[in-house]
Amino acid sequence: MSRIAACFAALEGKKALIPFITAGDPHPSLTVALMHGLVDGGADIIELGVPFSDPMADGPVIQRASERALVHKVGLRDVLALVAEFRQTNTTTPVVLMGYLNPVFVMGYTAFAEQAHAAGVDGVLTVDCPPEEAAELSAALIAADLDPVFLIAPTTPEARVREIARHARGYVYYVSLKGVTGAGNLDIDDVARKIAALRAHIQVPIGVGFGIRDAATAKAISVTADAVVVGSRLVQEIEAATEQTAKERLTRLVAELKAAIL
Amino acid sequence: MERYDLPDANGHFGPYGGVYVAETLMAALDELKNEYERVKADPTFWEEFRHELKHYVGRPSPIYHAKRWSEQLGGAQIFFKREDLNHTGAHKISNAIGQALLARRMGKKRVIAETGAGQHGVATATVAARYGMECFVYMGAEDIKRQSPNVFRMKLLGATVVPVESGSKTLKDALNEAMRDWVTNVDSTFYILGTAAGPHPYPMMVRDFLSVIGEESKEQMPEVAGRQPDVVVACVGGGSNAIGMFYPYIGVDGVRMVGVEAGGHGIASGMHAAPLSGGAGVGVLHGAKSYLMQDANGQVVETHSVSAGLDYPGVGPEHSYLKDIGRAEYVAIDDKEALSAFHDCCHLEGIIPALESSHALAWAAKVAPTMAKDKVILVNLSGRGDKDINTVAGLAGITL
Repeated sequence: MSRIAACFAALEGKKALIPFITAGDPHPSLTVALMHGLVDGGADIIELGVPFSDPMADGPVIQRASERALVHKVGLRDVLALVAEFRQTNTTTPVVLMGYLNPVFVMGYTAFAEQAHAAGVDGVLTVDCPPEEAAELSAALIAADLDPVFLIAPTTPEARVREIARHARGYVYYVSLKGVTGAGNLDIDDVARKIAALRAHIQVPIGVGFGIRDAATAKAISVTADAVVVGSRLVQEIEAATEQTAKERLTRLVAELKAAIL
Repeated sequence: MERYDLPDANGHFGPYGGVYVAETLMAALDELKNEYERVKADPTFWEEFRHELKHYVGRPSPIYHAKRWSEQLGGAQIFFKREDLNHTGAHKISNAIGQALLARRMGKKRVIAETGAGQHGVATATVAARYGMECFVYMGAEDIKRQSPNVFRMKLLGATVVPVESGSKTLKDALNEAMRDWVTNVDSTFYILGTAAGPHPYPMMVRDFLSVIGEESKEQMPEVAGRQPDVVVACVGGGSNAIGMFYPYIGVDGVRMVGVEAGGHGIASGMHAAPLSGGAGVGVLHGAKSYLMQDANGQVVETHSVSAGLDYPGVGPEHSYLKDIGRAEYVAIDDKEALSAFHDCCHLEGIIPALESSHALAWAAKVAPTMAKDKVILVNLSGRGDKDINTVAGLAGITL
């Protein structure tokens, strides 16, 4: 069983908390400690952002995280090295890389998949690679025992949901709103209705993210979702902290969110 | 050349193009693709389009023999396709009208656009005013400084110009921000993309709307020059004016096609915007796979050109394909060469060309002397240079 499947199985119906941080933000030397800090707070799965120069689907908070990481020239290979370092002391918490296709494309799908697997990565979500363009990448990921994670959006029609269901492994990521990460227009009732409809087609767990900014919204989302993804809010915490306090503040915030969700 | 029928149903030009966007936009792009397929087969749409081009834009744009410049160069005869004479001063308006008519059919009341030099922003603001639509134009903060006359023009036309402060604060960042707006307002908004790049169906749609440039040229050249040109030349940033000129000529044997990219401070300096001629690899940006200026980690690098409209690290996917199959060739002209052609065109022909178009002019001026006097070069003079006078003055140390 993959680490992601094992994680959901072990939760026995309780909901997973998936915090997101960007690798290399605010400095690559802090990333592994921050990942452990997320686990200390109760993270079930970690989504680790791969910095990209043109993060089209991200709001200003995660754009800034990418820019801070890129000041230190953190590339995809560096991110894999950080995951490998994290794996030296944590062999259970699944790590999903989230980012844009170009760094992966440039590295080469097979080389990337093999090295990501060797580093201890469990899943890969490339935001700008819908199933239509993903055949080659997905095949490489699956061959290396990695789960391709796909997005489903409020605008995704039912026929596409069925298509995505055929390709999805690990979990699917339901984008809770029309907008970029960290947006402020989350409609909880709408999400609940959509998730209920998705259940007819989606066999893997359903995570929900974009716009979840506090314990109350995390809790409300967890009523219907299998997993709650929180990104921009955590990145804001890193932004507001010093290098000395970042880990502790992240742990505290993650613990608050974990305590709130069902 | 064999029958050329691209892109395929999924928007691929060989290995290039495609639809590389976040899931939220997939349905909108499908809707756009389907609507465009419908209008493609609807003669009333094209009738209205042609009517607008004739009565609002002033098409067909003339072809002009640049006799004095040709004589001075002493070689091939240079002709200009005068896209600078279109309403709003560039080729961009023809594309903006096509997309705005499509937006109106789809019931979208709000349009957005990205702009570099401001020409596409002005064109979009213009059609938004013409058709009664709300208009937001995203423009890099750096470009806003370089192109202040166009910024004011857009405001006069009733558009909101949104400065983009992220990344390199130029065209690519404006495109990112326009995409973010679109993903947020996808139900109400039509994204009028200004170049032949982006996700399918944009590269195809922009090409089709701008093919009027090449179609007119094919008709006019026998009349004006007695024959078709030996070479057609156009500048390439994203590549919209070039593909508009090239596309109708793809199947015409014996017509050489040359796309001129921005060499900036020179290819060797790394400070340029020439993905096709500067040795860049292939990448995925802004919804499509194409040649792309990037580093070893796949991060898009900052580009440089004296002309804001060419200052873009990517290029439309069809140009990547035409390069690979050898049907078109791509070269670079640096800032200095472009500026020198800009001044020559002013002095010898009484035409102030856009700095973008000056790159194509510079290549023609460089190559014409090596060709016989009975040879013909057709340059797509894609826009006029009024917008660039501050930049050119600034380079000469003059404050206006």
